[in-house]
Amino acid sequence: MTELTTTKADPVSVSRRTFIGGAAAVATVTLAPGITVVAYGSDGEDKLVKGARWGLLIDVNKCPQSCNACVTACSNEHGWEDTGNPLTDAQWIRKVDIKDMKTGLEQSLPVMCQHCETPPCADVCPTGASFRRGDGIVLVDKHLCIGCRYCMMACPYQARSFIHEPLTGQKPYSPRGKGTVESCTLCVHRVDVGRIPACVEACDGTGNGAMIFGNMNDPESEIAKRIAQYPSTQIRADLGLDPGVRYTNL
Amino acid sequence: MNIGLASFGWVTLLVVGLLILLPADFAAAQSTPPNSSPFVLGVPKPIIPQAAKGLQCIAPTDFMRKNHMKLLSHDRDKTVKLGDREIKASLKDCVACHVVNGADNQPVTYEDPKYFCRVCHDYVAVKVDCFECHASVPGITMKGGLNQKSSEAEALAAYVLGDDKKLKPDKPDKAELKP
Repeated sequence: MTELTTTKADPVSVSRRTFIGGAAAVATVTLAPGITVVAYGSDGEDKLVKGARWGLLIDVNKCPQSCNACVTACSNEHGWEDTGNPLTDAQWIRKVDIKDMKTGLEQSLPVMCQHCETPPCADVCPTGASFRRGDGIVLVDKHLCIGCRYCMMACPYQARSFIHEPLTGQKPYSPRGKGTVESCTLCVHRVDVGRIPACVEACDGTGNGAMIFGNMNDPESEIAKRIAQYPSTQIRADLGLDPGVRYTNL
Repeated sequence: MNIGLASFGWVTLLVVGLLILLPADFAAAQSTPPNSSPFVLGVPKPIIPQAAKGLQCIAPTDFMRKNHMKLLSHDRDKTVKLGDREIKASLKDCVACHVVNGADNQPVTYEDPKYFCRVCHDYVAVKVDCFECHASVPGITMKGGLNQKSSEAEALAAYVLGDDKKLKPDKPDKAELKP
């Protein structure tokens, strides 16, 4: 029986996922010389931050409608772009403008993969390509993705994109290719080396400071303190998916 | 019986073929460059480019030639699932070291037949799918990826490339991306 990397005290651990076996350490069985079965178990060989649940806290009041810095930064970081074909262009993060019709209040907020604790994309994936890492980041293993796009239909946030055309000029740390589904990785290549996602860095760069990234399970982290102190909401919290992206003043 | 005869026929053909091929190949290898001899049949033997650093690979050459694909496919899951960014055999490191420069003194991509992987893979007619998704030329391989605004990255790029143009995004920034 395998166990997720999250500790027992972790308030957001998932028993079913723990039962099935999460993405934790690796166990290998050699059947014959040269033939090895690799299974992901729980022996702590992973390089994930123990017990972490990475997340974002976005203050909608600090996010001006005119600002697009997070979207531009993501596009530059990962190499996706608007080619004028909205039906097929990849889009990892978008600014959504909302208006309260009764009060006339207009707000603008960035929406990307919400990194659910119970991601429906991973539930419907027939190959196991769509998965939730032990530290809460939801990813696509593109070596396993067959491009069926079930996950795109399952995602209530329309966070995922399918790559229709051959690509060139990918970034070395962000492989992307035709026939696979992709979405926000929470800049996992940065997180793994202790840096913050490109969107958060760009938001800080504008001086708006609307986005905070951090480990929500670490009581000492800024994000954990904020969500413990002030009210925050999840988009479509009624679905019970427990997204790792939270919004304040929404 | 028929099958036996047929097999015998094929074996004979093969032996005769080899007898014809061998002297020509031998002669070509001994005296003249591979392409100039009219007797050479098939594709010339690949001339494998030296790695940029010219150092020892992560394992002896004989081992790497036979096993590079196994090393890559085993360790890739460690990065994707376990967050291990410092695996010994990473495609990113292969690409960074096995650079072949083109006429413009810039690294050539997989599109170019001179590309390191293609030299052998074209010879044996085995298609490489890696570069449909992965970058085939090295980026500014800083820890944790490219930070376009970092002066450290700019300095590194200027040092490595002698030119900081490579550091800029491939396409101009889009001010407007529709929601």
